[in-house]
This record gives sequence, structure tokens and C-alpha cells, in this order.
Amino acid sequence: MTESVNEIRPDLGLYDYLPWPGRPKITWPGGAKIAVWIAPNIEFYEYDPPNNPTRTPWARPNPDVLQYSHRDYGNRAGWQRMMAAMDRAGFRGSVSLNVALCDHHPEIIRACADRGWEFFSHGIYNTRYVYNMTIEQERAIIRDAFDTVRQHTGQELAGWLSPALSNNLWTMDILSEAGIQYTCDMFHDDQPMPVKVKTGRLISMPYSLEMNDVIVYNSQKVTPRHYGEIIKRQFDQLYKEGDESGTVMCIPLHPYLVGQPHRIEAFAEAIDYIAGHEGVWKATGREIAAHYHASGAYDAMIAAMAAHDRGTR
Amino acid sequence: MPMPDSYLHYPVRRYGMDHDRYDWSDLFTRKPIQWPGGARIALSVVTHLQHFPLDMPAKPFKAPGALSMPYPDFRYFTNRDYGNRIGVFRVLRLLAEKGLRTSFAINGIIASRYPAVIRAVVDGGHEVVAHGLDMGKVHHSGLEPEAEDAIIAEALRLLRAASGQKVEGWLSPGRAQGFNTPELLVKNGVTWSLDWANDDLPYEMRTKEGPLLAMPQAYETDDQVVANEYFHSEPDWVQQVKDRFDVLYRESADYGGRVMSLPLHSWVSGMPYRVEYLREVLDYILSHDGVWCAPVGEIAAAARAQV
Repeated sequence: MTESVNEIRPDLGLYDYLPWPGRPKITWPGGAKIAVWIAPNIEFYEYDPPNNPTRTPWARPNPDVLQYSHRDYGNRAGWQRMMAAMDRAGFRGSVSLNVALCDHHPEIIRACADRGWEFFSHGIYNTRYVYNMTIEQERAIIRDAFDTVRQHTGQELAGWLSPALSNNLWTMDILSEAGIQYTCDMFHDDQPMPVKVKTGRLISMPYSLEMNDVIVYNSQKVTPRHYGEIIKRQFDQLYKEGDESGTVMCIPLHPYLVGQPHRIEAFAEAIDYIAGHEGVWKATGREIAAHYHASGAYDAMIAAMAAHDRGTR
Repeated sequence: MPMPDSYLHYPVRRYGMDHDRYDWSDLFTRKPIQWPGGARIALSVVTHLQHFPLDMPAKPFKAPGALSMPYPDFRYFTNRDYGNRIGVFRVLRLLAEKGLRTSFAINGIIASRYPAVIRAVVDGGHEVVAHGLDMGKVHHSGLEPEAEDAIIAEALRLLRAASGQKVEGWLSPGRAQGFNTPELLVKNGVTWSLDWANDDLPYEMRTKEGPLLAMPQAYETDDQVVANEYFHSEPDWVQQVKDRFDVLYRESADYGGRVMSLPLHSWVSGMPYRVEYLREVLDYILSHDGVWCAPVGEIAAAARAQV
């Protein structure tokens, strides 16, 4: 059981330092300067979830009907507005999926699948955290996620965002061991980067807290229209820097937030703006990961990090 | 301590919801709702009239707007009470100028503390909605059913007696409910509630005592939420309410009638520097064709046969 305790240490130890100047150049398909991917978190929060000693799911005692129903808004109303905006701008989604939603709302899964959207795993429910799980318990939810997504969509999971961003120090090892190719849980870079795991070739996929609607609206207290401005600014800069080496921009969304009537238009206008540029690769997480490996970027970054490590840090 | 294996069991992982209150339904594929006179938008203005007791408990949680200074909190007790003395009359005057009949969600205790407010609301042609007993009496699953039933019954008794209205609508303090609250509401003659924030249209909720109509109430464009949780300016509130209206109005052309919910607080929108922003919002909405402003009970009555 001792292996299932998070040791206290000063560094995650999951990646090596590699400064931006002098990196191997990343090239995207068709000479695109930037890969833009949109990651809707299609989530199910439980009405009466069990408690986890590290994090209580709801601020109020179960049932927290205000917060529960607010989340449920996304699955009754918000998702359609979000999807319509993405359809209009020509973006497919890479769905950060609480996989139990396959059971609860197969209609939503079908609509995403019909559009060629990718599904990656965001755990079983957003009210079940991996905190205090044993490694075997955590492996069990990874298996559940693979099986559920395969059964409902035919897709083999490639990506993972831990439920409610809960993690253990060993999580990346067991994700990679199970066949996960990219994690969205780390925010240290604008490009995919190798993750140091025991087996496999896991990469971190740029996901972004600062573009994440839940962070922008609820933590930063940003207005809906200013969220649109933030998205455009982020894009402008990464697009410009994409001349040097291919960048990645992610827009993580929550339909219960961005799909509200007072918010959807500012978002829709911002992604129309992005879609109006040349040299934008409208990708999914799986496609970015595949190209990263196929183009040799993974191996080049590994070599560059080793060289950097041998020289002066 | 590792998690018990029950943490990986999901007894209500199944089609639809993980409770029996209502069925899943998609706003955009439902049978379109038709409002009286072919209106596109039912405008639901709900002004909260609230009393925050000086000794309100902190457990198990405080309703939004609760007193937060060390006891005795002169600051927020009196600031909230401003809404019942001054703010509400500013809002009432504006609504009268616009010729609007709307709803007021009122803590039951206000009927005994300030009956003049109830008279003014009723005389203005408005509807009284029960907003619990007071802001310190939040509903939650830790309450004994008898205790919660008594709170509901008392709130309704006070408001019905003071207003002479049937008072069939409900809004819980902080929109908080326990597991049994919907049953207790229906048992006490409530037919519709504004607590759940999951839809832009009315839908039917099941209770063991009979159906309860869930009426939409905007959460994130509520004046109190925008001012005190998001800390956005009044012009930003105006913009968000207009943007909300524009999208719902546009959708009504393709998907049937929509409800535009405008929740207000007398101690927020009734402030001198804010009330003209409320006028701007109302003027904007009312400048559109096909806007039907009505008390929530009338919107519920129009929707009931269609949902």
C-alpha cells in the first residue's frame, strides 16, 4: 500500500527544462503556423456523490441543487449552442468526457461522434476524484474509460484530463502504461512536450488554464465579451510566433458556461476570427499527438533536452 | 486511507438523469412553446425582497448576500434592509412607469415585519412569490422534514394572509433545497418553483406529492450575482442582459417561445446609482416586438399544458 501514497517532494519530476530559444522547429501539416484545438468538457456531476476526504464535491450538502442544476444546463441547453458555434467556424471538438455521460446522455455523444469529434477521457464523473485512490483503483477507472468510450463510440482513447484536474504522482505512469498518448493536465508549455514516464511515449498537450472558460469566467471574473478578446489576443500572439516554430492553442470549454445565452456570441465571434486566418490547423488532440510523433518532433525534443542537460542549464 | 471500493461503484450510472426528479430533454429539439398572442419572449422579472436576520446561522452554509462581518453586523444587516425601505419602491415606481406586472419573491417574514411592502407590491398589480421564511432559514437535507415543512408552511401562511393571493410560486433562499423540499412544497400548495438553474424553459418535475413546474430563472445574469460574485460593473450587467435577450430572441424565431428571466434584488438594482441601468435594460427589451411581460405564475399557466 505504501506505493499508493504521494510522497512529499519539491518537483513533479515529469519533464525536463527546455527554453523556447533554440528549440527544434515544429512543423504542422500544410505548413500551418499554429494548431488550434477546442476541448469541450462534456461533464456529468452527480446529484448525490460520495465524499472524498481530500475534496468535497459540492459546497453545500447534497443535493446542492443550484450547482447541480447549473452544470446540468450544459447538457440540456448549452451544448447545442456551443456545437452550433463550432460547426459554423468549422471546428471539430476534442471532447474532455466524463465517460459516464455515454450512459446518461447517448444523444449528446452521438451528435459529437457524427461530426467526427474526438473523445478523450476526463474520468468517470466530475464528482469522483483520484485523490486517495490506490494505483489499482486508478487503473480500474482508466480501464473503465477505455472500455466505455470504445463501446459507445468505437474510438480508442488517446488523451486524458484527470477528473476535476485531480492527480497522483504516479498518474502519468499508469496512463502511459494503459496506452494514453497525451495528457492535458500540465500547463508548462505552448508546444507538446515529452513526459517522463516509466513506459511509453506520453506527451503533454497544451491545454491552458487561461483560455479555460471556467477559469476565465469564474476565477478571473472576466465578462463574456472580454473572454472573446482574450481568445483573440492569445491567438494573435501564438499565430505570430508560429513563424518560428509551430505552436498549439487550446480553448477548453464547458457548455454549461460558454453555452449560456449571454456568453455564446462573444465566443462564436472569437472562433470565427481564428478560422478566418490562413495557416491555422484546426486539429484534434489525437491528430496533434500523432503528427508530433510522425514528424519526429518527439525525438527531436528528447535529444534537445538531453543536449541542454549536458550543457549549461 | 485509501478510498473504499464503493467509491468506484456507480449505482445510478444509467440512461438519463441520476435521480427521478425529471427526464433529460434537449432545449433545441422539444416541441416549440407558444406564448399568448404569439409572443416570442415571455419576460419574467422577479424582484427579491429579503430579510437577513442579525443572528442568521453560518451552518450548514449561508445564502448569498448573507451577513459576513463580526457580530453584530450593522453593515450588511442595514444595507440589505435598505432594499425593503427604499430600493423596492424605486423598482416599483419604474415598473409602474413601464406598465409592467411582474413577480416579487418575498421572504415570508417580511409580511409580518413590513406589511406595507406587501401592500405596495399587490397594489402595483404584481404577484407575490414565496421566497422562504428569511435568508437565515436555508433549506437543506440536514433539516428534519417536520422542521422544513413548518418553515414552508409558515412562509406561505404569512404571505397568503398579507397579500390575499393564492401564492403558488416558490423560490428557496439561496435556491437551496434538501432531498425532500419539492415534496414539501407541493404538499403546501406550491405548483411551480424557480430554484433549478438547468433550463431556459419551464419543464415538469416529479414529486411524490404530484407535479411541480420548474420555471427558468437566470443564474449568472442575476443582478446580485453579477455585482457581488462576478464584481462586474453596472454597464457590464446591462450588456450581458442585452446579450442574453438577443440570443433568446433570435432562437425564438426557429425554436418557439423562450423565457427571458430577469432576477433583481431590491437592495441591488434599487440603489440610486443602479436603477437607471435597470430602466435601460427594460427599455431595450420592450423595444422589441413580441415581448410578453407577465408574472411568473401566468407564464407557468401558459406553459403548463404544453410541457
